[in-house]
Amino acid sequence: MSDALLEVSELRCGYGQIEVLRGVSLRVAQGEIVALIGSNGAGKSTTLMAVNQVIKPMAGSIRFAGESLIGLRADEVVQRGLVQVPEGRRVFARMTVLENLVLGAYLRNDHDGIATDMHRVNDLFPVLKERQSQLAGTLSGGEQQMLAIGRALMSRPRLLMMDEPSMGIAPILVTRIFQAIQQLNQEGLTVLLVEQNARGALKLSSRGYVIETGKVTIEGPSHELLNDDRIRAAYLGD
Amino acid sequence: MQDYEVFVQQLITGLSNGMIIALIALGYTMVYGIIELINFAHGDVFMLGAFLALTLLGAFGMEAWSPAWKFAGVIMMLGGSALFCGGLNWTLDRVAYRSLRKASKLSLLVSAIGCSFICTNLGLFWGGLPMGVFAGGVSAAAPKDFPQITPQTNLLGESAIRITQADVMVFFVTIPLMIGLVLLVNRSRLGRAMRAVAQDSTAAELMGIPVDRVIGMTFFIGGALGGFASVVYSLYNNTIGFQMGYRAGMDAFTAAVLGGIGSLPGAVLGGLTIGCVRAMSDQYLESRWTNTIVFGILVLILIFRPSGLLGSTRREKV
Repeated sequence: MSDALLEVSELRCGYGQIEVLRGVSLRVAQGEIVALIGSNGAGKSTTLMAVNQVIKPMAGSIRFAGESLIGLRADEVVQRGLVQVPEGRRVFARMTVLENLVLGAYLRNDHDGIATDMHRVNDLFPVLKERQSQLAGTLSGGEQQMLAIGRALMSRPRLLMMDEPSMGIAPILVTRIFQAIQQLNQEGLTVLLVEQNARGALKLSSRGYVIETGKVTIEGPSHELLNDDRIRAAYLGD
Repeated sequence: MQDYEVFVQQLITGLSNGMIIALIALGYTMVYGIIELINFAHGDVFMLGAFLALTLLGAFGMEAWSPAWKFAGVIMMLGGSALFCGGLNWTLDRVAYRSLRKASKLSLLVSAIGCSFICTNLGLFWGGLPMGVFAGGVSAAAPKDFPQITPQTNLLGESAIRITQADVMVFFVTIPLMIGLVLLVNRSRLGRAMRAVAQDSTAAELMGIPVDRVIGMTFFIGGALGGFASVVYSLYNNTIGFQMGYRAGMDAFTAAVLGGIGSLPGAVLGGLTIGCVRAMSDQYLESRWTNTIVFGILVLILIFRPSGLLGSTRREKV
């Protein structure tokens, strides 16, 4: 697995005196869907924020396509194609759906490519096309999640990191969003999926990591993790 | 002069001063909108813009210029002060505010008050420079005459109501700037980025928006509006002084809060309201009550409608 697109090793990170990540290591290879599961407060979101350099890590390394990301600004990380759909969606509520999507392409100048991607996003989530002049804050939770994913896709990412896309969303829309993730992956997008919905995430992914109190405790192919007794007891509710 | 003529005259004065206040208020409200800081130094940046304008006027001897060249001189002062104030405001952010982004809002506010004092004292020093326009710099703290280089003919001819070129100039400078600002904020790429940072700076960061640079540009634009305002103010009122930033800044801050801080139309509405209230109070009450009335309004607004006239009544925070 030397051809890892993203390689995080021994990442340590925290807020003030509190250490949240106590040495997280994970890899994502080109073309994979990798699941990162764990309970509330285990450090999943912090891992993503640290990879994006929104939170500055205290120690460890983060390499993306062979290049270290440590010390870059957050916008430089996005420029390299590593983009996050944040927890809670965080769409720009007082802007229109269209403006949100345009902002996703903030760093791009290729007008033709942006137009192509706008079509792709609208094909993937037709509801965004229907609602393009509506304020994002007026969308339902599921629609906002679609918008957040669409907005991230507008930057044409090489690796998309999604933080709990199923959180607080009607089950039918969760299915729709998981289908979209699968479709995007089949079209070549690499995905790192953070989820509390462990079963859904493991079914979708090829490999998985379990993070507990700031450390990766279990890792392996997703079909094995689905049958792992520890995981079944703690995360799958069997 | 008939009663109604007095009223109309005061209204013209009030609206002219109101537009100037509005232009300064826009600088407060833009910065507040994006980083929730009351930039106390903003009024003093405005004051330094006026000092630069007077320095340019003196250094080039604009008073002796022909009317056409005086017009060019006004453009030159407007451009010079706008660039200077924009650059100064950007520098304050870069040096004194940027490293405090993650600190408490109170630290940021204290830093802004410190910047205000520094700028006030720079103005005091500037007024002491040995130049003719500063009366040789003998009395640094004294108010300085700003020569009347716009013509003072009454455009209404023999009417008792006076509208001068100075009144016209105020509107000709401020209205296009306000329209330009609204277009910039609502239509341009930078404006979209500014609104995104104002709504959720972390989400903006995750979209690849260089947040610090966008905030810096906001300070520059807000400062530049203050620079334009300083030249218009000086040409309109013909007196400047190192403490004018405090006075004008308080009026503009009150205007911004009255209109709803963070709201651009609110700042303009607030500015016009404060300008007219001042003019009417000067005429129909007594000018010594004017400050009491203006700040009385501020207190009432803060108690009964803290979000201001046009501000959103709810706070949107995740």
